[in-house]
Amino acid sequence: MSAPFGRRRLTIGGARRVGAYVVLAAPDPGGPAPEPGQFYMLAAAERWGGGEDERPFLPRAFSVLRATGTDPPTLEFMLEDVGPGTRRLGELVPGDGLWVTGPLGQGFTAPGEGRRALLCGGGVGTAPLAIWQDALLASGREAPALLGFRDGEHAEGAGLLRDARVATDDGSTGHHGPVTDLLVAELDAGTPAIVYACGPPGMLEAVRALCEARAVPAQLALESGMACGFGACFGCVVPTRDGSYVRLCVDGPVLDAELLAGVPAH
Amino acid sequence: MPSFCGLELEHPIVNGSGTYDVIAARRAFGEALIESFPFSAFVSKTITLEPRAGNPPPRLFETPAGLINSIGLPNKGLQGYLERDLPELAALPVPLITNVMGSTAAEIAALLEAVDDRDEIAAVELNVSCPNVRTGLDIGADPRELAAVLDAVRRRTSKPLIVKLTPNTADVALVAEAAEASGADAVSLINTLRAFAPAVGPDAVAGEAWLGGGTGGLSGPAIRAVALAQVSAVARRVTIPVVGMGGVQSGAHAAQMLGAGATLVAVGTESFRDPAAGARIRDELRDFSAKSGSFAR
Repeated sequence: MSAPFGRRRLTIGGARRVGAYVVLAAPDPGGPAPEPGQFYMLAAAERWGGGEDERPFLPRAFSVLRATGTDPPTLEFMLEDVGPGTRRLGELVPGDGLWVTGPLGQGFTAPGEGRRALLCGGGVGTAPLAIWQDALLASGREAPALLGFRDGEHAEGAGLLRDARVATDDGSTGHHGPVTDLLVAELDAGTPAIVYACGPPGMLEAVRALCEARAVPAQLALESGMACGFGACFGCVVPTRDGSYVRLCVDGPVLDAELLAGVPAH
Repeated sequence: MPSFCGLELEHPIVNGSGTYDVIAARRAFGEALIESFPFSAFVSKTITLEPRAGNPPPRLFETPAGLINSIGLPNKGLQGYLERDLPELAALPVPLITNVMGSTAAEIAALLEAVDDRDEIAAVELNVSCPNVRTGLDIGADPRELAAVLDAVRRRTSKPLIVKLTPNTADVALVAEAAEASGADAVSLINTLRAFAPAVGPDAVAGEAWLGGGTGGLSGPAIRAVALAQVSAVARRVTIPVVGMGGVQSGAHAAQMLGAGATLVAVGTESFRDPAAGARIRDELRDFSAKSGSFAR
């Protein structure tokens, strides 16, 4: 279903802290329910600019964490303070205005017959896996989640999914090591799987390579700096195996792993 | 109702070339985009003779109130454009202006001849922010160079020819005069200002570029004051119409561009922040003109 044309102003309904993250919630009376893996371009309605280096200027792309309820649906976004855009969005409180454009892009597609879904996330890349897990569970499928974080505070983000198994870089919670350790064990357990992954480039590349080596299909939700989110600027391209580029905003952000020879470092 | 190169347009707001992929936008927003189409004419992205993949990423860098891009003019090439994009662009509810670029007069001549055959195309915009392969200079950076190229190619099309000037030159008005003398029917400016984005991040090395293409072009409100000065300087020196652009974010800004002497105003980077910005700016300009009466054209 198409996104409404143009950005629209929502009002923040909730802003809660989940470990190192902030989850923003905003009722969206004008918008359709997003598909899992789709994203929105977000900007604070006030004081968007004037932060570090007089930024932000452009809106920021966020995969939707969840859309709850109907009439209207409430959109949830998970963010971590990593720069002037996320910092400003993280300051928003109920009643503040939020510009959104979306839902945009191509999301996840359901597992083929006889394959079980495995969700694998890293850090704030947890977000699109939450809405996708909801959808998989609602369709009667299993959707086990493996999530990696740098430390215990970040690992509280795992509570956004159901029954996630956790790995941390510092060993403070769950498995001590990369989340791909958990993924390897699951992949080698024998049941044919399809992996749905989102996370930092290094993690995604590790997932892609692991799946390729085992001929396991994977869908990767990638991230890139974006100016527009709807195909206008051609800024968010990633190189594909055949030597061309695809725009993450219109051809992704979820891409079949086999399209890529590697996940770009940024 | 501005009159521009023989086209009667509904309002003065158009898009800057390469800032709106209407085919992709239609996939995202559906028919609502067409029903409330923001622009009174649609300017295509730059088309070259051969397909181009564009520059390696990263292609974008955010600056204070602006954006540096190094996209590299990805396009399907002339044949790909004519066969795959033109049918959909021709169905838009507004006239189509096709933007082309070549690095030699012969290339430009071939592009102009090809678009001249197509009734769906109302006018041609020539991007001269391209190095001449022989001299290495941007064709549009030097008035004599531009005149030589235009003199060689102008008669290859009977369609109105808009020359998209580069701001990266010593005297843009001198270049605009040369364009007019060599048969341009209009000029458009400003293109992006050449800009450098330093590498950032934990692995950044001093002096290295962030952008995959090396240098890029700066756009957005950061360049609006420069754009107003250049549009004003050009409009005083030529008699052909001027398409003004650079950092326009509101109807008031569009009115300033018209006040500087522009006939049309193009919106570019602001569309990235809001896909419907052009429609908002059009409406704000109409209200602004109704109140002041001074910019109603």
